[in-house]
Amino acid sequence: MSLDKKLMVSASPHDHSKDTVTRIMLDVVIALVPSLIAATILFGANTILLSAISVGTCVLTEYVCRIVMKRHQTIGDLSAVVTGLLIAFNIPVSMPIWMLILGDVFAIVVVKQMFGGIGMNFLNPALAARIMLIASFPTEMGKWNKPFFWKAEVATTASPLAGIKEIFRSGEINSSSFSDLPSLKDMLLGIRAGSLGEVCAVALIAGLIYLLARKVIKITIPLSFVGSFAVIMLIAGKFNLTFLAYQLLSGGLLLGAIFMATDYTTSPINFKGQVVFGIGCGVITALIRLFGNLPEGVSFAIILMNILVPHIENLTTPKPFGTVKEKKKKAGSEG
Amino acid sequence: MSPKRPEGVLKAVKQVRGGVHVSHHKNTAEMQVVRITPPQKIVLPMQQHIGAPCEPVVKVGDIVCVGQVVGDTDKFVSAPIHSSVSGKVVAVGDVNLPSGVVTKGVTIESDGEMRQYEGIKPPVVETREDFIRAVRESGLVGLGGAGFPTHVKLAFPKEKNIDTLIINAAECEPYITVDYRECLENSKNIIGGIQLLQKWLEIPNVIIAIEDNKPKAFKALQEIAGEFKVKDNVKLMTLKSVYPQGAEKMMVQSATGRRVPPGKLPADVGCVVMNVASAAFIGRYMRTGRPLVSRSMTVDGSAIREPKNVRVPIGTSIQEIIDFCGGFKEEPEKILSGGPMMGMAVFSTDVPMIKSNNAILAFAKGDAELKTERDCIRCGRCAAACPMSLMPTLIERYAKIGDVESLNRIGINVCMECGSCAYSCPAGKPLVQYMRLAKSVVREAAKK
Repeated sequence: MSLDKKLMVSASPHDHSKDTVTRIMLDVVIALVPSLIAATILFGANTILLSAISVGTCVLTEYVCRIVMKRHQTIGDLSAVVTGLLIAFNIPVSMPIWMLILGDVFAIVVVKQMFGGIGMNFLNPALAARIMLIASFPTEMGKWNKPFFWKAEVATTASPLAGIKEIFRSGEINSSSFSDLPSLKDMLLGIRAGSLGEVCAVALIAGLIYLLARKVIKITIPLSFVGSFAVIMLIAGKFNLTFLAYQLLSGGLLLGAIFMATDYTTSPINFKGQVVFGIGCGVITALIRLFGNLPEGVSFAIILMNILVPHIENLTTPKPFGTVKEKKKKAGSEG
Repeated sequence: MSPKRPEGVLKAVKQVRGGVHVSHHKNTAEMQVVRITPPQKIVLPMQQHIGAPCEPVVKVGDIVCVGQVVGDTDKFVSAPIHSSVSGKVVAVGDVNLPSGVVTKGVTIESDGEMRQYEGIKPPVVETREDFIRAVRESGLVGLGGAGFPTHVKLAFPKEKNIDTLIINAAECEPYITVDYRECLENSKNIIGGIQLLQKWLEIPNVIIAIEDNKPKAFKALQEIAGEFKVKDNVKLMTLKSVYPQGAEKMMVQSATGRRVPPGKLPADVGCVVMNVASAAFIGRYMRTGRPLVSRSMTVDGSAIREPKNVRVPIGTSIQEIIDFCGGFKEEPEKILSGGPMMGMAVFSTDVPMIKSNNAILAFAKGDAELKTERDCIRCGRCAAACPMSLMPTLIERYAKIGDVESLNRIGINVCMECGSCAYSCPAGKPLVQYMRLAKSVVREAAKK
């Protein structure tokens, strides 16, 4: 007796984990939802509009790109949704919509698809778009609305980062220095000026916990990033813990460390490389914040480290099984 | 799950790096091994092991008995092949291996009597050389799946200073439970095998290693270890249950903390690793002189009506084994010779099972699906899963552009094709296939 039908033949293994790219991207989207909710509460329904437009533009642009480039369609992997959300998270609520759309198209066409699409871009598309927008429209990108601005008499305000920088420059870091800034509790909850997705630390950390629990990311990069940043700020702030807390909670540090620096494509694969990458991000961010002209350094730090990833990987690739030992043995027998 | 480690039981010296947590599917664990109805016809390929193929020593029309040599060679890295039935040789010529490779083979029609060859008698062993020669004559190859001739492994030169014999009962491949059954059903021969190996090869330490998710087999092995005197240094070791714990290099690392360098063998770091079923076979062979003419295998998978552990004469066709297990319950989409991680998909059921074949798994449509291949997102799951610290995604890239220098630098030849990378890849990349591509790119370049 033989079978009527032909059997399927394929290379081993014949069992696979349930992980898919789409599921991973969906997890990132889920992890961003708390921040989206927080931003909507803080900055109003416009948040939802901007996010929807950004996501829609990214997905549509990617769809058209793949057709024009005659490549297989990739919008199903949801990576364009993540990029769209992150770009919306990186702009102030007052941003004109056409500028946002320009950023989306730039991210997808120039940064992502021109280099080959998902997995091939060497810069984080959302961050590259943010930097392009800062360079092109510094006024709009630096115009901060107060949370609940529709209730306030004066709708705009300075970002807390500018205040902190002044405190550092003045050299007088003591408990009274921080009186002009929002309270630390407000900083934690996100009741302060800033980009849509960066303000609410609590929501971002909830996202981090979700990503860790789903094993989408490891803690390596966020920890080495924030850790090295904190060490420098601790020394720069003459061990003033309030100064450190303001530094940690202001700007886009948490958004960057949790969602941008951990981007698979633009960060190293191996543990050692990830530590080097994270520390690099932390140090550069701290130096820009302390000594640069710009108030914020997170995006530049990550983009700079993105560029170095191939070199970091070359230097930190682990030795194949057994080779390390052989070397040690040789050294031992010689010595 | 994991039993508390009793006194005297060792734990792994060094854990396996990476690996994957596969679902075990050890459905047949509590099923005793049963003998299948003797087949009417067997096909014995002359290449059932790693190394030189045998040459047929019988011709069409010859009458052979169970245990009679039908193929042999004077090459060292090889193992003779014995008839597993009594009957008449009806064909000598090209046959298919389960892999599709064509090799010489002997086809024997059984007379149904299963008469034993009169030349079978326990081997006389007085020296180490006698012992190794006897193991060769038994036709034994590694029963764990690789099929490396066992006597070659044992014929290590004295200056290697082998100090540890590792008996491998890890059985980390999903579905397969024959080593597990071996521990429960064949303890006498396991003890005998270990004693002989230790005596003739003068290996001071023995470590019997098993994963911590098999409490019953653990108990059986504990009793086995208890049969030895203290001076024999036979110890039991429990290992974390993670795939590929049972791979030879992983075993050596877990049991001794030593790492086998690339291109070297366990003997180069003072170890001999032997599958528990192989050790039991040596025990029985030295007592009875019956060569390797049958073996245990697990028959399972979603398309099999009655999954079983069966004892099968070597050379029985896969179809006959499946028929003995009630045939197919659903139309099979994929049939494997071996486990789901490293086993091979066969192209037909009309091929013989061979000595190294420890399982036949048949899967219905839904369970044999492949993921669609997508672009790599550099998530690093492959590199994290690789027990050999390789970077599969980079290897794929270098292989596709033919960068031989980089492939050698990142150590492609260390890859043992365990499949952990491909298992964990969310982009559904057939990474093992790419690893093989990379190896062939390197091989081709070396030829030039």
